[in-house]
Amino acid sequence: MWSVIITRKLGKGQPESEKMNAFKKKAAPYLYLSPTIILMIVLMLIPIVMVISYSVMNNVIMNKNPIYIGLGNYKTILTDEVFHTTIYNTLFFTIGSVVMHMVIGLLFAMLLNSRLFSTATKSFFRVIYILPWVFTAAIIAILWRLLLNPNGIVNYFLEQAGIIHTKVEWLGSRDTALYALTFINIWSGYPFYMVSLLAGLQGISQDLYEAAEVDGANAYHQFISITIPQLKPIILSMAMLDCIWTMQQFPLVWMTTGGGPIHATEMLSTYTYKLAFSKYEFSLASASAVIILIFSMVLASVYVRRQKASV
Amino acid sequence: MLSRKARHNFAKTIAFVLLILGAIYAGAPIIWMLLCSFKPNTEIFAYPPTFISKTFSLTAYTKILTDSVKVRFFLNSYFVSTAVTLLTLVVSIFAAYSFSRFEFKMKKTLNMIIISVQAVPPITLLIPYFGLIVTLKLYNTYWALILTYMVFTLPYAILMMTGYFNTLPRELDEAVMIDGGSRSVALWRVLFPISIPGIISVGMYTFMQAWNEYLFALTLTKTVNMRTVPIGIQQLMGQHSYEWNEMMAMSILGCMPVLILFLFFQRYFIGGMTAGSVKS
Repeated sequence: MWSVIITRKLGKGQPESEKMNAFKKKAAPYLYLSPTIILMIVLMLIPIVMVISYSVMNNVIMNKNPIYIGLGNYKTILTDEVFHTTIYNTLFFTIGSVVMHMVIGLLFAMLLNSRLFSTATKSFFRVIYILPWVFTAAIIAILWRLLLNPNGIVNYFLEQAGIIHTKVEWLGSRDTALYALTFINIWSGYPFYMVSLLAGLQGISQDLYEAAEVDGANAYHQFISITIPQLKPIILSMAMLDCIWTMQQFPLVWMTTGGGPIHATEMLSTYTYKLAFSKYEFSLASASAVIILIFSMVLASVYVRRQKASV
Repeated sequence: MLSRKARHNFAKTIAFVLLILGAIYAGAPIIWMLLCSFKPNTEIFAYPPTFISKTFSLTAYTKILTDSVKVRFFLNSYFVSTAVTLLTLVVSIFAAYSFSRFEFKMKKTLNMIIISVQAVPPITLLIPYFGLIVTLKLYNTYWALILTYMVFTLPYAILMMTGYFNTLPRELDEAVMIDGGSRSVALWRVLFPISIPGIISVGMYTFMQAWNEYLFALTLTKTVNMRTVPIGIQQLMGQHSYEWNEMMAMSILGCMPVLILFLFFQRYFIGGMTAGSVKS
């Protein structure tokens, strides 16, 4: 449909005044962008304005005539004890995931880039290493609920190895749930890093390593003074993106622990979702949603500044 | 010389052990899922665990594939994901053409907006969407999912396609226009065919995103005939008795399209993924 409109508007047609042509030339890029712009206005700009306005009113949606109450909802949220727990949990979950994604991603990428193995071996293991990535959060959630079940296979192996003596409720106990959840998220997220870092490693010139070897640098020195500095731009970009995404993670948390037991794994996203769709406190939920948006935008602005040079 | 060779062998052994340990970490959970999908439900938590079940059966699979409600989940997911992919591709190709081939006032600003939009949390948009989708009379329809998914698939697709078009010389489409062809001929007859590898990569990623989406599917649809696979899997979990074997079978069936796409187009996918996410 768009192609027809654009073709008609930009087609050669009859000779027209130069002014008209100049206008058409100017309008052309915007015409091609118009479907995107319309979608982004209706489903991005307007909703953001809506959520901000919801957040400064008393209970919207449930209340027929909401009135403006200023920053009251933000005050309620920011002084809520559960919200403080949520911030702690989200920070732990995010930092733990991002750091471990990076470590495992880099380790696997280096193994797959190693000259010690044949290409066939490396392609085979690459497919296996990427596997966790093709699973959706719903599948990852039930798979790990099966594995980490008190009667499940993980407990069986740990018992056989003598590491634990009673069956641990990994996802059901307040002491372990946050660690277990972070562990699951690490498993599901590292391939994204691995793939990017692998491409990065393949882009490093072999000459650098050869020169270092001539200078007598050992593997550790080569890693610290060549590999890491060369990969730094990729690592930083990925870490920013990962921070943003992990902080917003909802499906995995919702389907493994639902934020429980007793808020032990409550994240910003599940906290907000519950406010809206279990307590029907849409104004409070909106305030909380705006807080997540602000966090995300702060991180994103750092990311955008990093990417700007290449646009 | 010998010591060097010995050192090399030692390094190779260590690396190989790591390689195997890594494969266990990545693959063992998935193997276990596969094995469990062939077991009767009573055997799932057997002590000691059975690996290859003596009563190996495909019952869990046939049960899901003959249940019209569950088949409907799959059809819905296929339909929504395919629609999202096609629409995203068309819209993003137009947008990318604009970013790549024109100089205009708002170019930098719009590009920045497209990049930052990727960071907007779905949960922030969820509350207003709920109201908006009801107002637009789209609640519990395919359109509710298709349109909201596109908000999240488009920015990445546009950035990727712009990057791809930028690698193609401008002389190509300029030649077409000098010969009297219109812009749309230049775009669809010249740029489009040579961009197929990029389009495959963007299409795959978009399909994956749509196939895996959970939050909007959960909130913007209501009836069983509109639900998608991730919700279907979760609903199996919500019932009072856990049919673990069926859940695993449904998971295996649920990841098949993405897995098959991935295995077929691995090369495009990895290349495209990295080009898009890391432009350093």
